[in-house]
Amino acid sequence: MAEQKTFMDVFEARGVKRRDFMKFCSLMSVYLGVSASMVPRIVKAMETKPRIPVIWLHGLECTCCSESFIRSSHPIVADIVLNMISLDYDETLSAAAGHQLEEVRKRIMKEYKGQYILAVEGNVPTKDNGVYCMVGGDSFENVLRETAKDAYAVISWGSCASFGCVQNAKPNPTGATPIHKIIKDKPIINVPGCPPIAEVMTGVITHVLTFGEIPELDRLGRPKSFYGTKIHDKCYRRPFFDAGMFVEDFDSDAAKKGWCLYKMGCKGPTTYNACSKIGWNEGTSFPIASGHPCIGCSEPNFWDNGPFYSRLANVDFLGTDSNADTIGKVAVGAAAVGAAAHAVGTALKKSSVNENREEG
Amino acid sequence: MAKRIVVDPIPRIEGHLRIEAKLDENNVISDAYSSGTMWRGLELILRGRDPRDAWAFTQRICGVCTTVHALASVRCVEDALGIDVPTNARIIRNLMNATQQTQDHLVHFYHLHALDWVDVVSALSADPKETSDLAQAVSPSWPKSSVGYFKDLKVRLTSFVESGQLGIFSNAYWGHKAYKLPPAANLMAVAHYLEALEFQKEIVKIHAIFGGKNPHPNYVVGGMACAIDPNKDTAINIEQLNQVKRIIDQTQTFIDQVYIPDLIAIAGFYKDWAQWGGGVGNFLSFGDFPETDVDDPSSLMWPRGAILNKDLSTIHDVDPHSLSEIREEVSHSWYSYTDGDEKGLHPSEGQTNAKYSGPQPPFEHLDVDNKYSWLKTPRWKDNPMEVGPLARVLIGYVKGVPMLVDTVNHVLKTLDVGPEALFSTLGRTAARGIECKQTSGFMRHYYDQLVANIKKGDYQTFNNEMWNPDQWPKEAKGFGYTEAPRGALGHWIHIKDKKIEDYQIVVPSTWNASPRDSKGRSGPYEAALKGTPMENPEQPLEVLRTIHSFDPCLACASHIFDVNGDEITSVKIS
Repeated sequence: MAEQKTFMDVFEARGVKRRDFMKFCSLMSVYLGVSASMVPRIVKAMETKPRIPVIWLHGLECTCCSESFIRSSHPIVADIVLNMISLDYDETLSAAAGHQLEEVRKRIMKEYKGQYILAVEGNVPTKDNGVYCMVGGDSFENVLRETAKDAYAVISWGSCASFGCVQNAKPNPTGATPIHKIIKDKPIINVPGCPPIAEVMTGVITHVLTFGEIPELDRLGRPKSFYGTKIHDKCYRRPFFDAGMFVEDFDSDAAKKGWCLYKMGCKGPTTYNACSKIGWNEGTSFPIASGHPCIGCSEPNFWDNGPFYSRLANVDFLGTDSNADTIGKVAVGAAAVGAAAHAVGTALKKSSVNENREEG
Repeated sequence: MAKRIVVDPIPRIEGHLRIEAKLDENNVISDAYSSGTMWRGLELILRGRDPRDAWAFTQRICGVCTTVHALASVRCVEDALGIDVPTNARIIRNLMNATQQTQDHLVHFYHLHALDWVDVVSALSADPKETSDLAQAVSPSWPKSSVGYFKDLKVRLTSFVESGQLGIFSNAYWGHKAYKLPPAANLMAVAHYLEALEFQKEIVKIHAIFGGKNPHPNYVVGGMACAIDPNKDTAINIEQLNQVKRIIDQTQTFIDQVYIPDLIAIAGFYKDWAQWGGGVGNFLSFGDFPETDVDDPSSLMWPRGAILNKDLSTIHDVDPHSLSEIREEVSHSWYSYTDGDEKGLHPSEGQTNAKYSGPQPPFEHLDVDNKYSWLKTPRWKDNPMEVGPLARVLIGYVKGVPMLVDTVNHVLKTLDVGPEALFSTLGRTAARGIECKQTSGFMRHYYDQLVANIKKGDYQTFNNEMWNPDQWPKEAKGFGYTEAPRGALGHWIHIKDKKIEDYQIVVPSTWNASPRDSKGRSGPYEAALKGTPMENPEQPLEVLRTIHSFDPCLACASHIFDVNGDEITSVKIS
């Protein structure tokens, strides 16, 4: 195996001071959702781990995940691809083409057997012998199976790879199938979202590199560090929901006042994602903050759970099934119970929701 | 005997494209075949859905040219339902579109196309002092040009290469004779590859401000969902507007001081590429950036029109609403028409029965004498047409669009070539840069318009008159268009009983990457490759140069609707 550089080597070669490196590690600890006491472990890991090869395959997809990935602002954007991982095969960014590119994939599979990460963007059309997605003259399904065989772990980028997404919506003309239903014998990290948030994508990779293990996952295979709570539970408009103050028309007075978008069809109450915490595009905004209801793009089958502008029938609230018309009344009583009880109620509700969920 | 080469996968594009080419005894490409190798069937998925949701589905056709399908979709639903959007919504959509064009072109030049012209390994032997002198000569105002800056980069790059893990640069064509840049220019270009990678994410923050996120910002039928009120802390106010302005300032600086100087500097070493890659010589643009009404072609900042046979003396009128101008054929596509595959159909009456007849995977070669692509073959008045930046720049140049004419003349003069040089791989790549300068100017133009309109006291962003489906006619048809970064895009909708009855899309890369038509005429990619000499057929750098000059987007190109609804797989909902 070729000589491998550690993160610290790379950072030093780049002229990054140790103080800045420590700061970076602290920042990563925040994004990885671990406590400050873990920072020394992150530093140690970053100093000693070599760059892990990544093979990034594209199936039936729209490349929004790759586009989101290159929007990452922390870690340092250009360095992710060049310094933090060794992105040896990626149809979106690789310089080589055709059989030279395929040679790289086969070489990495051989030289780094059991050590490379397989990242998959898009999913697999299983109908008609795979003719709906072919790469290098073979079906994507064959390429995926071959490449997954000796991977250390698989990352399913986005809702396509994780759950199926738009091509898997009814009537699913190509038999589009998420990765975990094809690859059964490897650890798989689902990173849903259409696309996932940039810093979530780089955060997942950094977690694996730093701790040498895949992050703790929920029942749907999502890292708890980024998909642990619902958008609703961290939404800055939540107080308006609790108070029963709702937008009922775009551009209305209520819309200008930033009231809750639940009645406009917001799927925040049933969507697990980090939008209302990390935000999009370096925290510039997120859909609800820009006046549009959440469409629930990180949830399984969200395309078939619409229409998008129809409100959810029932939303869990303090352990009771409520809807917008009764929430205001409940809220009056709930206010006295206090924030702590509210948090506990939400957490309990969340775990029961998770247990009841069925994927795909 | 003729050699046959296959390039698959083609990297640094969106989606899955395969090129097969025949070479003569002198290694000159004598014929080429372009094949889209993926199909998702999105239009079928749209049937029966709420038309107000269509923008979100169609936006997922492509995450690279994100937002363009959303824009065409809301326009086609608004056309069907007779909705006029408020002035602020028109301006914000134009601003978001200009933002998309600018960011997309920048990313294409540096991250999808530059490595066809820039030898990363050669940069390792560059002299930092010489690189600094070059950088300051081509762009005197750009601050990142010191000797120390390039010295540091060279150390980083050397360390990267010596690590033995070459990542995205693995196994490429470094040292290929077709690379012509001196080491200093290569090092400067690598510096700007990294700077552009860092910077591109700033531009699209404008999408996040108005649409909540990027990729895939939110649109809404009837306007925009973002409320405006300069006297509230809960709507778009001066703080967000200031952020937009800062991004536009930085973007224009980057385009003017990095992209355009790099483009001219690099093009100067590759003037021989003005003789190859010409293509079909026919160009089409639907036009875009309405100053008043999207239905009024005279109000479009990007004019509508067509050029035939490279004849710049005449711009032909185009009416995308007309049922007679556009036809899609399937004579070489994996579909069949009920009345025979030889006759083309208008998108509004289009039908597609997916019928794969190619070799079963894995295979060596496609059967290029018969059907060989998931892409259909669109034709305008029976002509194969090139769409995209070159088409728009040519049409705008002939029509005398202010500033555009100046930029084109500046680039041509600096390179010491005439307008005929534009009909080439080099011309196509130059046109994209020229257009990027123009659209970064549009960003400022629409920012100024937005501020002026808000200053007048107009805060409206949404027209709710037809939001409630109960007010809709029982049946309605609409057409929506935009000029995506890669060219003319059309959406056709048929609404019946408040649901989507039918939805059809004809996208830019289908025009450009289409297979042969029923008369055996090549599409633009295929035509552009013919006559190109290859230095080493084993290393298809020349193929990548010309194909990348079109900026392929194959997920867009192959989304076709299956009207007979093949066997349907049911989906269990959780």
